[in-house]
Amino acid sequence: MNKEGKKKIWSDYQKEIADDHFFYVRSCIRQSFFPGSEQFFLNLMRNVLKKDVYENPAHTTCTGIGYHSDIVPSATIMTVIARHFALMKEAGYKNIAISCVTSFGLYTEILETWKHFPSELAKTREYLYKATGREFDIPENLAHTSDIIYKFRDEIAARAKVLLVNKETGEPLNIVEHIGCHYAKMFPKSGIGGAEFPHVLSGMIDAWGGKVIDYPERRHCCGFGFRQYLVQANRGYSVANTAKKFSSMKPFKPDLVLTNCPGCSMFMDRWQYTIKEMEGLTYGVNGESVPVLTYEELAGLVLGFNPWDLGIQYHMVQSEPLLRKLGIEFDPGDKFKTKDGHQMPLPQNLINV
Amino acid sequence: MENLYDLLTEDVRFEEGLKACMNCGVCTAICPAAEFYNYDPRKIVDLVQSRDNDEIIKLLKADSIWYCGECMSCKTRCPRGNTPGFVIMALRTLSQKLGYFVESEKGRQQLAIKRTVGENIFKYGYCAATYAVNPTLHPEQGPIWEYILDNSDDVFERLGGQLNGIGTGPLRKIPQEALDELKKIFDVTGGTEFFNTIEEHSKRKALEMGIEFSKGTEDEYFIEVYTTNNGNHTINDTHTEQDE
Repeated sequence: MNKEGKKKIWSDYQKEIADDHFFYVRSCIRQSFFPGSEQFFLNLMRNVLKKDVYENPAHTTCTGIGYHSDIVPSATIMTVIARHFALMKEAGYKNIAISCVTSFGLYTEILETWKHFPSELAKTREYLYKATGREFDIPENLAHTSDIIYKFRDEIAARAKVLLVNKETGEPLNIVEHIGCHYAKMFPKSGIGGAEFPHVLSGMIDAWGGKVIDYPERRHCCGFGFRQYLVQANRGYSVANTAKKFSSMKPFKPDLVLTNCPGCSMFMDRWQYTIKEMEGLTYGVNGESVPVLTYEELAGLVLGFNPWDLGIQYHMVQSEPLLRKLGIEFDPGDKFKTKDGHQMPLPQNLINV
Repeated sequence: MENLYDLLTEDVRFEEGLKACMNCGVCTAICPAAEFYNYDPRKIVDLVQSRDNDEIIKLLKADSIWYCGECMSCKTRCPRGNTPGFVIMALRTLSQKLGYFVESEKGRQQLAIKRTVGENIFKYGYCAATYAVNPTLHPEQGPIWEYILDNSDDVFERLGGQLNGIGTGPLRKIPQEALDELKKIFDVTGGTEFFNTIEEHSKRKALEMGIEFSKGTEDEYFIEVYTTNNGNHTINDTHTEQDE
């Protein structure tokens, strides 16, 4: 076999990810539903990997959810994102790190649009200057935050306190990875492995000792569908698509779903609760539901962080079955405590408890 | 009457999204919406490329253009480099600009999205925020969500959040100057006008339907468009618009 040829072909599916000095932009959904994930990312980058990551509090939503539910015009979102580029330029940064797959898809779409339609770029510059007096440069490097964790996956593995292996059997855990439609389906070259061989999450799983599950609906949408979730009357679309994915993965006995996009993470967690309530169905082993974790939460567990400081208790599907398989010692009494150790009320009717 | 195809070509997404469709149907095969709704992106793209003004008007008034979930899976797979999802986005934009969206049940829902996501952008600087996800409107969030809302200060503090605080961090309060800039961008780029167009046409439709219309998320028209599902949309329903 000509391995050189294979390497050359694979090189077409790689992307360049900056090594240091990132301008960080948050995600509406990740910071609302998984604030611990965003903070872990910053902690990992700054304190473990010793990287420079800058955040400007004046950055806002990119308006992506509004854009993809068709209430925000394209000229508007282009100018909002251009303002983020202006804040980045003003702070002296050239590499942008994006915490949201919807945003990442849009940043990529907009940069491509400006390449194909220079008049749109000129118009955006004019709009931004008129509205804010700001000017911007195109970023030199654009990465989703999972791309950055992927880049440093081996450094994380070298510091691992826990590998993704069932402590009792010694077998690697069965892990479903879900990269989210807007990561690479729209602009394959923007994602590691492109649309055909996405490797951003499977690379982490491989590096940290788990086994990636391949199953028929691996690339099916989580079911968000923007307006199909945002409007109550449409949510049948959303839950039906999630049910399709979970039915397809169930025979492969998943121990964990690992997600790239914060929306996917939330939906795959919440719809499992809904489907269980509606139909009595579960998709994990032993009648349990499948914990759904963000890549930051998983990296945190691998590095031995306290699971309750990562925020995994604030999902509907609880992760104790997973923690036990991994052999992670945890203090159940610490689960719902405040930062300074006061006991909070206990939530009722969570799943996998 | 204006030529609607020409209006569509003013949208760069349309120019990128429709080169020439050969009707292979791969987009429909990959489409999550086509599995759930009575929806066929191939038919829509083919109809649009026919440039038949009367048919395009019907489309702009129909439920069918609102079934797509904008996952954009079609972009990856089209062998001719079309993106039916972009065509849909251009159709939806034009339908709203011309006021046709209020003629379909699914189109009328745009008001609910404007009143929730749209107004969150101006109020908070976020499309979605913990405190703006009302458990009454989102029962699928489950009991953990009410718990988080009831204990949000403690939850966010432990996880390093900055809930409504000054400075950096998850769910920090966006500074007023930044909110002002965001609003100015909407004003300058037509975003505010677009929101107003959605409100105006919705008000006209509410009057026509005899339904109370005011502001926020509690007037009768909001509740009507947010919750109504006539049961004639999915592949399991016997009568559908696209069959007509």
